[in-house]
Amino acid sequence: MAEEEPVGRIRFMDRQRVNLDGFAVEDPGLGLVALRSPADPEPSLTISGGRVTELDGVAEADFDSIDAYIARHGLDLAAAPEAMSLPDAEFALRVISPGVPRAEIIRLSAGATPAKLARVLALLRPAELGLAMTKLRGRRTPSNQAHVTNRLDDPLLLAADSATAAAFGFREIETTVPVLADAPSNAVACLIGAAVAAQGVLIQCSVEEALELELGMRGLTSYAETISLYGTEQVFTDGDDTPWSKAFLTSAYASRGMKMRVSSGAGAEVLMAGAEGRSMLYLEARCVALARAIGAQGVQNGGIDGASVAASVPGGLRELMSENLMAMMRNLESCSGNDALMSESDMRRTSRTLPIVLAGSDFVFSGFGSIQRYDNMFGPSNFNAEDIDDFLAMQRDWGVDGGLRTVPAGRIAGLRREAALACRAVYRHLGLADFSDEHVDLAVDAAGSKDLGPTDTLAVVSAAHAIREGGLTVVDIVAALDETGYEDAAERIMDMTRARLSGDYLQTAAIFDESLRVLSLVTDPNDYAGPGSGYEPGPARQAEIDAIRQARGVADLRAEQAASATKGVLEPTGPAAPGQDPRDVVIGVSPAVGRDVWRSLSGLTVPEVLGELLAGLEEEGCTGRVVRFGDTVDLGRIGLAAARLAGSGIGIGLQGKGTALVHRRDLAPLANLELYSVAPSVTRELYRLLGGNAARHAKGGTPDPARNPYSDEAIEARYHTTVIALMALERAWVRPGAAAEELSREGLQ
Amino acid sequence: MTLSGEPEVRGLSGRPVRELTLEAVRHGEVSVPDVRIHPGALEAQAVVAEQHANPQLAENLRRAAELTALGDDEVLAIYDALRPGRSTPAELTGLAASLAGRGLPRCAALLTEAAEVYARRGLTR
Repeated sequence: MAEEEPVGRIRFMDRQRVNLDGFAVEDPGLGLVALRSPADPEPSLTISGGRVTELDGVAEADFDSIDAYIARHGLDLAAAPEAMSLPDAEFALRVISPGVPRAEIIRLSAGATPAKLARVLALLRPAELGLAMTKLRGRRTPSNQAHVTNRLDDPLLLAADSATAAAFGFREIETTVPVLADAPSNAVACLIGAAVAAQGVLIQCSVEEALELELGMRGLTSYAETISLYGTEQVFTDGDDTPWSKAFLTSAYASRGMKMRVSSGAGAEVLMAGAEGRSMLYLEARCVALARAIGAQGVQNGGIDGASVAASVPGGLRELMSENLMAMMRNLESCSGNDALMSESDMRRTSRTLPIVLAGSDFVFSGFGSIQRYDNMFGPSNFNAEDIDDFLAMQRDWGVDGGLRTVPAGRIAGLRREAALACRAVYRHLGLADFSDEHVDLAVDAAGSKDLGPTDTLAVVSAAHAIREGGLTVVDIVAALDETGYEDAAERIMDMTRARLSGDYLQTAAIFDESLRVLSLVTDPNDYAGPGSGYEPGPARQAEIDAIRQARGVADLRAEQAASATKGVLEPTGPAAPGQDPRDVVIGVSPAVGRDVWRSLSGLTVPEVLGELLAGLEEEGCTGRVVRFGDTVDLGRIGLAAARLAGSGIGIGLQGKGTALVHRRDLAPLANLELYSVAPSVTRELYRLLGGNAARHAKGGTPDPARNPYSDEAIEARYHTTVIALMALERAWVRPGAAAEELSREGLQ
Repeated sequence: MTLSGEPEVRGLSGRPVRELTLEAVRHGEVSVPDVRIHPGALEAQAVVAEQHANPQLAENLRRAAELTALGDDEVLAIYDALRPGRSTPAELTGLAASLAGRGLPRCAALLTEAAEVYARRGLTR
């Protein structure tokens, strides 16, 4: 049977972008289930002689390697009896209660098995997840991480973009490569760029583990986060690791003074057809318990590469946020995902990220794409350069700290140039590569690598090879910056290299602030205990959040209006007298017209609008006068007063912002004959039509009613702030009892 | 004073950080061992981690302190030996004994435990 073509309403809905997304039927057998699967074990823990002999339904003899590692190292056996016997709902209540201190939740969670924590978290509703995250993250001050990459691995663009990311406030910068051999060059370029813009930015170059560790050992990078854990033994082994190899790698990073977090998250096992029928939350609970057991300080989770897998099933976003919370409950840093584009729909991807922005996390994104989508070599992030202004506005709307700030355009330009020049100088000085002045100019101005034109990508490979084979270290980069005249950047990198030696930044959730102070669970512990407690941005930080570059005040608008003022036009000619001619129509204007207000919201000047109205009147055989009323800003009153002065009894009211109506002397103030309420959309032709219609009313003829132009754009969002400022300018000229004055028609066309 | 209460931070070479200035770099007087973390700093951080309810992080930092004694290549070689299917149980226990003998008891214990579990779970060569 042929399927019937859906009706237009459905065809229209089908065309919306959200329908490009895949939505899966829940299927526990495949692991396509978010919070709870029939195959998830009942939480259980048996301790015998100080040793775990059963964990979540599995006896010791049957422990797989993940169970075995967690059983031996991951649980606090002293807290376990209490934690495991606590009813799930009671545990969950304590998690969200501001009166139960974070430390108490940390203590209990350390004694809870993976299945137990999964059960507890599955009880939390979305708003409760948010509250719990606000309370349980380790670091008091939220922060954010950026992706800085491009299709060409172009060093000058990487340096400029790294400086830009640092200027926007990102405290970690993660780069990666489309061409593995380029990795050392990317690390160096990002290091230089960040140091030009700000102190204390941590740098990561995400590549295969041996090379990543090598870059860290040379001091070119300062953290790592792509050390993957999986929730089933099979997938773990397929990933060519075991819990013991990962534990060793974790120590290897720390032994070279590098901060490190592991990476896990829903969907990885499902994509490998290895979920063994378990829910995503339970498998992630195993990963997070293992992360704690191997001694990692933090976890990057919340889906990560599998975020869209979680998002394809019912309750998937709850699962993603629960993963982050699980890391916090295990007393680990949370780097909270949001780093993979989880939907083609702007609303769905915002819905995925917003709750975490509002709650605040150690890192709200484990990679906000600070570059354009097409340049993001991790694949597009959930937010990218396209969305930075949106994000800054969201921070401001909700009054929360998402870690970013507005940067003046001139400062961005200056930093990009300095970063590109410093990078070129270092590459030239060390004999790595040479770049032309034109290349520098292009990199400074580029919004993305497509703006660079053709580049020499072989030069990048060769530079990277030279860095690696020459054994260049952070000390060489510092020396090169210093010798080529970039002493400040050299000093910054040296200061940070020194600061890293204390190891303070190896503690949980550590970042450096811009004064090179370590903020971590140790130095900046989260002390949320209900309203009025916990993190609030200080006054300086709040001002950064509030002062987005698009904000406008009355002073800005006054200056813009003054720029449109025309001398000798709309000059007062004397008190306005009642007209006698039955063809006399009065155009009443608001108090600031011809004084502080000169341009209406449509972009037409007020003289242009008046010119059209007068022309419309004249075409229909009437004459118009322009009269300014000084005692009200109300358009109905202005229009009525104009009508009462007019010999015809018909008046046009016009506010400087462009709103216009036709009034008649016998109507109530709020009644009118015709009204253009959407001032930004009114055209010259419509004003002329309004003039013509006023004349027809005056003659007792039949007007051709004008329709308000309709727009589906957010006209009010766009213009309301301007309207408020314009009305403030109008209000400032109001004088109670002021006499109406006639204005010259000179120059109105 | 550092957060961990150490009177003075030193690089792996033993040089105090206050000597690691840009001026010293200019004179070619800073080398990689000067800017690598010292086991003492890692041990001090382990104490801090314990005080902040994370004994596992403390253990990791203590293993790391041991690993500062090994060269990069050897560290990577041990990591590789621990990956699935790379070593026999005897190779792992042999490596563990060698590390224990060289003053890396915690790393040795990790390898010993791995040998036992790998044998049971089929993760050996």
